[in-house]
Amino acid sequence: MLCLAMSAPALAGDTITVTSWGGAYTKSQENAFFGPYSKETGVKILQDEWDGSTAKLKGMVETSQVNWDVVDVEPGHALQGCDEGWLEEIDYSKLGGKEAFIDGAAMDCAAATIVFGTIYAYDASKFSNGGPTTMADLFDTKKFPGPRALRKAPKTTLEFALIADGVAPAEVYDVLGSPEGVDRAFKKLDTIKKDVKVWWTAGAQPPQLLADGEVLMTTAWNGRIYDAVKNSGKNFKIVWDGQGMDFNLWAQPKGSPHKEAADKFIAYTMNPDVMARQSQYISYGPTLKAAIAKVPADILPDLPTAPENTKNAFVVSAEFWADHDEELTERFNKWLAQ
Amino acid sequence: MRALLLVAPLMLFLVAIFIVPIGMLLTRSVDNREVARTLPNTVAMLSSWDGRTVPDEAIYAALATDLKASSREDVAEIAKRLNYYEAGTRSMLLKTARTIRNAKSPYKDAFVAADAQWETPRYWHLLKRAMPELTAFYLLAALDMSRDETGAITTVTPENAVHIDVLLRTFAVSASVTLLCLLLGYPLAALIARSKGSTANTLLILVLLPFWTSLLVRTSAWVVLLQSRGVVNSALAWLGVIDPSQPLELIYNRIGVLIAMTHILLPFMVLPIYSVMKSIPPVYLRAASSLGAPPLSAFWRIYLPMSMPGVSAGGLLVFILALGYYITPALVGGPRDQMVSYYIAYYSNQVTNWGMAAALSAILLVAVLILYAVYNRMVGIDRLRIG
Repeated sequence: MLCLAMSAPALAGDTITVTSWGGAYTKSQENAFFGPYSKETGVKILQDEWDGSTAKLKGMVETSQVNWDVVDVEPGHALQGCDEGWLEEIDYSKLGGKEAFIDGAAMDCAAATIVFGTIYAYDASKFSNGGPTTMADLFDTKKFPGPRALRKAPKTTLEFALIADGVAPAEVYDVLGSPEGVDRAFKKLDTIKKDVKVWWTAGAQPPQLLADGEVLMTTAWNGRIYDAVKNSGKNFKIVWDGQGMDFNLWAQPKGSPHKEAADKFIAYTMNPDVMARQSQYISYGPTLKAAIAKVPADILPDLPTAPENTKNAFVVSAEFWADHDEELTERFNKWLAQ
Repeated sequence: MRALLLVAPLMLFLVAIFIVPIGMLLTRSVDNREVARTLPNTVAMLSSWDGRTVPDEAIYAALATDLKASSREDVAEIAKRLNYYEAGTRSMLLKTARTIRNAKSPYKDAFVAADAQWETPRYWHLLKRAMPELTAFYLLAALDMSRDETGAITTVTPENAVHIDVLLRTFAVSASVTLLCLLLGYPLAALIARSKGSTANTLLILVLLPFWTSLLVRTSAWVVLLQSRGVVNSALAWLGVIDPSQPLELIYNRIGVLIAMTHILLPFMVLPIYSVMKSIPPVYLRAASSLGAPPLSAFWRIYLPMSMPGVSAGGLLVFILALGYYITPALVGGPRDQMVSYYIAYYSNQVTNWGMAAALSAILLVAVLILYAVYNRMVGIDRLRIG
């Protein structure tokens, strides 16, 4: 992709720079938002890419050389940017109020556009008489013997273990916030430790592991599994029970030169009809309650936000992980090495 | 003097680009100025606090003054710092700061309203612990140690002790890879050194080929080859060597790491050995055999000692490069094969804990320097040749 962010705009105010993650995800934003918006308003949208490392973004704001007007961030960035003051606070009165969004999507310094799910999936061709249906099944090696793959990180892995152990998704962070809860999660992981053949690190691994028949089931990000089904014709099935919902959000670096134009663009994408378009290009769900109903019926079942799929879901807590990531990662790594 | 002038440009370059930045980063492993810089009034008051009784209003007021005077970024910085002592302190302090910014005296009530624990000495102890401008906290943590309440150094609980294991594992994997590279690389280098013209060229190109392929591609290729239904296992099953239902476990364990890393680092062993072997005159071996030495003893007493500088150069190169690997072990290794750089990357990229990243780097650097010193005593660095 060409990086056009450096070219000077002809007229200030009619050009904004939107920075996102690249790949299929940015393509979906182009189709759903950038193209139509430019057509309708005449505002030119320049694109840039980033990899989520905060150093560059922070540096821009600190040196007052901000050339990104809108950035697609993760909840952790939104939290840190708010704490450290390098992201603008979002004025939700312009976006229909915080209550228009699903839980956790309206953060102080960033407004979510999509929901992605951390789920587990299996290859349906390997299960002749019905596959797994609950989070407990992922941990049930008697009912479903065979190798598994889990993510090599405590985030979402520990939550899954607790849900499989009978903790209600709504209480997962209360339990995990206590030493006994952490012990409980690791105890549950102990029960399948020898059946976990691969601890994956890159998002591309899970569909590959299923395709190679290396593992029977694996945790994954839902977009990757959907992509393997849709574009490679695989017979993979997603189990939505106990999924962890997480967000990508629009944020505005402090001191961006076209703040008003950026506000207008963000407000445009936060129209339910507009937001619902993105699901046609990628299997991520909208964050506005009103947009969920507008998603085409044939796509809906594949989205993390479909009512069917959120029955037993939790929202990954950025605040909890900001506090406990290091402590739990150390413990997790130690546990892995034992 | 003139010689010094000649190397001055390079020296300056090295100092500015290499030595100073690395030195500055290493100082981060003991740097602990965040709290003292952001909370000067509180620090002054706390130094006379006995640590047992609950502080009086004056200290609450001092902390409130400091919090009001500091930017959100500085508060976030010390919140993160205190969180290393006790997870959960980060969000507590940020919440407190938000409350206090709009609070009026008496401040004690405002603090307790934000978090009831402000009424106990607990958080004040954390602040007091974080006051000194230099800390051994990160270096101790990198060695699985910590200071308890009384300041005595203790080892951390077994379920949290991870770094020493990782460090030893890193050296073990690097040493094994170096040995494997030597066993495979030495005969290959000898073959290339004895070949003529186009044969030698072809062999050299084959050795160099991996240099032109991305590391990630080569690592993924090993996954395809070694997995349980991969090329190797399928071929063995077809030949009837193994039972297809019991494939060999060649990947996601230590074997996979050793195979992939040896393949990737082999050229770094072959090239130095080859270039040294090229400079050994064949006439020496002929002289040895004409004096009655059998081939084995001619090799053992003439060829091997003369090629030794190349072996030690290749060995040192491979060993030090292997120490820094983390992508390969992360992709083809099991949970027990993560190397120390995986943790350094985690601390610097994922949670931006520079102190911890610097401390682990410092420990690794010191360990390598000790090894280098031992190597120098045993082999002598002046015997090392790259050509």
